[in-house]
Amino acid sequence: MNYLDFEKPLAEIEGKANELRALAKTSEGMDVEKEAAALDAKAGQMLKDLYGGLTAWRKCQVARHPDRPHCKSYIEALFTEYTPLAGDRNFADDHAVMGGMARLGDRPVMVIGHEKGHDTKTRIERNFGMARPEGYRKAIRLLDLADRFNLPVVTLVDTPGAYPGKGAEERGQSEAIARSTEKSLQIGVPVVSVVIGEGGSGGAVAFATANRVAMLEHSIYSVISPEGCASILWKDAEKMREAAEALRLTAQDLKQLGVVDRIIKEPLGGAQRDRAATIKAVGEALESMIGELADKSRAALIKDRRKKFLDMGRKGLAA
Amino acid sequence: MNWITNYVRPTINSIFSRREMPENLWSKCPECGTMLFHRELTDNLNVCTNCDHHLGITPRERFRALFDGGAFSEVKVPEPVLDPLHFRDQKKYPDRLRAAQKTTGEAEAMLVGAGEIGRTPVVVAAQDFSFMGGSMGMYVGNAIIAAAEKAVEMKRPLILFSAAGGARMQEGILSLMQMPRTTVAVQMLKEAGLPYIVVLTHPTTGGVTASYAMLGDVHIAEPNALICFAGPRVIEQTIREKLPEGFQRAEYLLDHGMLDRVTHRKHLRDELITITRMLMGLPPAVRGDLPPPEEGPDARPQSEAAAQQALTPDPAAPKAPEKPAKDTPKP
Repeated sequence: MNYLDFEKPLAEIEGKANELRALAKTSEGMDVEKEAAALDAKAGQMLKDLYGGLTAWRKCQVARHPDRPHCKSYIEALFTEYTPLAGDRNFADDHAVMGGMARLGDRPVMVIGHEKGHDTKTRIERNFGMARPEGYRKAIRLLDLADRFNLPVVTLVDTPGAYPGKGAEERGQSEAIARSTEKSLQIGVPVVSVVIGEGGSGGAVAFATANRVAMLEHSIYSVISPEGCASILWKDAEKMREAAEALRLTAQDLKQLGVVDRIIKEPLGGAQRDRAATIKAVGEALESMIGELADKSRAALIKDRRKKFLDMGRKGLAA
Repeated sequence: MNWITNYVRPTINSIFSRREMPENLWSKCPECGTMLFHRELTDNLNVCTNCDHHLGITPRERFRALFDGGAFSEVKVPEPVLDPLHFRDQKKYPDRLRAAQKTTGEAEAMLVGAGEIGRTPVVVAAQDFSFMGGSMGMYVGNAIIAAAEKAVEMKRPLILFSAAGGARMQEGILSLMQMPRTTVAVQMLKEAGLPYIVVLTHPTTGGVTASYAMLGDVHIAEPNALICFAGPRVIEQTIREKLPEGFQRAEYLLDHGMLDRVTHRKHLRDELITITRMLMGLPPAVRGDLPPPEEGPDARPQSEAAAQQALTPDPAAPKAPEKPAKDTPKP
């Protein structure tokens, strides 16, 4: 279990409880259950307190937690017959973006998402979830395919941002992102999106241009990372706490701003503490969002999506 | 205490300081360091007379040089909610906005005008880098949508000059949402079968490049303009190596297939006329500086025309097919 810095006191208590139990196992006849249970209760209360009022910066930390379920975990658990499709037919296959056909329940859908990887090897392979132009062009290809064969599109957003690299720029990172947003707005099938971790700026927006956008309770979605914002506006990257607060990047703020449609509740202590329950909740949200759109005509879906984005920002946060 | 220090010296100082050369008469070319006389620089469209370096130019100056006789009518942009996030860094966002309005004399970072260039009716939108880095917030989004709607209504091409550091952080996620919003605006033009020409000027970066600036039918850039998604500094920090000279500059992008042309500012007007006329099926244009059109709302004084245009439907729009008739040279 990986603990975040603000979870240190919690780590201590849970560690003590585990130690006690381990000790009891080795020495016969020692009854520690009572003390351990007391520690558990204390830890439970602390968890409730910590996660009851997470600051924006802490939410960023939870959203980036390495043990959170990632795109691959959702695809494996929620979909059947997942058939990955690769390549942009131009240059390469980007492993930071995974996608393909699959069934959600009985319904065939196209699923596309950013995958960050879960250990050093896979993180490097997935480029930490930072897509290159090939990733966006692969997405365009899959969106187009979904459109022609009437497959609803499910996107899972989890990226620190599009990859800021030399090759990525040479091959037209901005053009690829612009075209993928354009494609998302053009297709006549339902598009539903869930921000499962980090929704990092331009790298995320193309995938989140959907008829319905949901966010996990402790996920974030922002125009710039708090560190980046702090270094530009505060001239000090260490001011990320203030920047996170000012940017209003939490699911709760975005719901109020009308940018996201629903918030999917996470288990107490965040998605990383009960991955299965989180995945299940996301699955239910996906079913329900696709259900809401299933009867709409192609024209209505396109029109709704456009209107949704044209109307965005008409209301601000209440003072 | 002493009348010499308290009165005489300040008076003498003020006389001498008045004689000092006013600072706004000369400016220095950031590229070659040549001192450039202001009027000369303005006459040369803010391009260095020595090294051809393209300095920044405000939308109003650009419009003055672009439209026939400098006449255009300003297209009204709907005002968005002010400071939707109550954003505050070291300064409050509304204070930053007011400061930018004071220094630039503009309401926001984009100006939209309708008028004629070489007797070709067009709608033009230009981003103002001097206004908070030209950053794309809700106003810029609204301006692009207003420009597209105007172009569709009047059946005219839209020419857009981009210049921005990216999205406006102070509007948080709502600035990011301008990427899909402006993309919808571009789609309106495409569906109406109207040309959308993008002129990328220095600098065009971030979310702006990754949305409307890269979705044009024709992409033209000014020489040496920085055009990128991630800025060179961010890339150098990420990959920990020095980037080659000219990386992400207009000529580099042209080589990598992202642009159609790189065009000197002094040729831009003629080129835009040529392109839009061909795409609109109009006969070749009459060259040269043209006086403002004699009739039509575009010729009226700017602010008045803008106010009236918002209220009354534009009488010029239905007349559009007749326009070519006016293209015969006038004595």
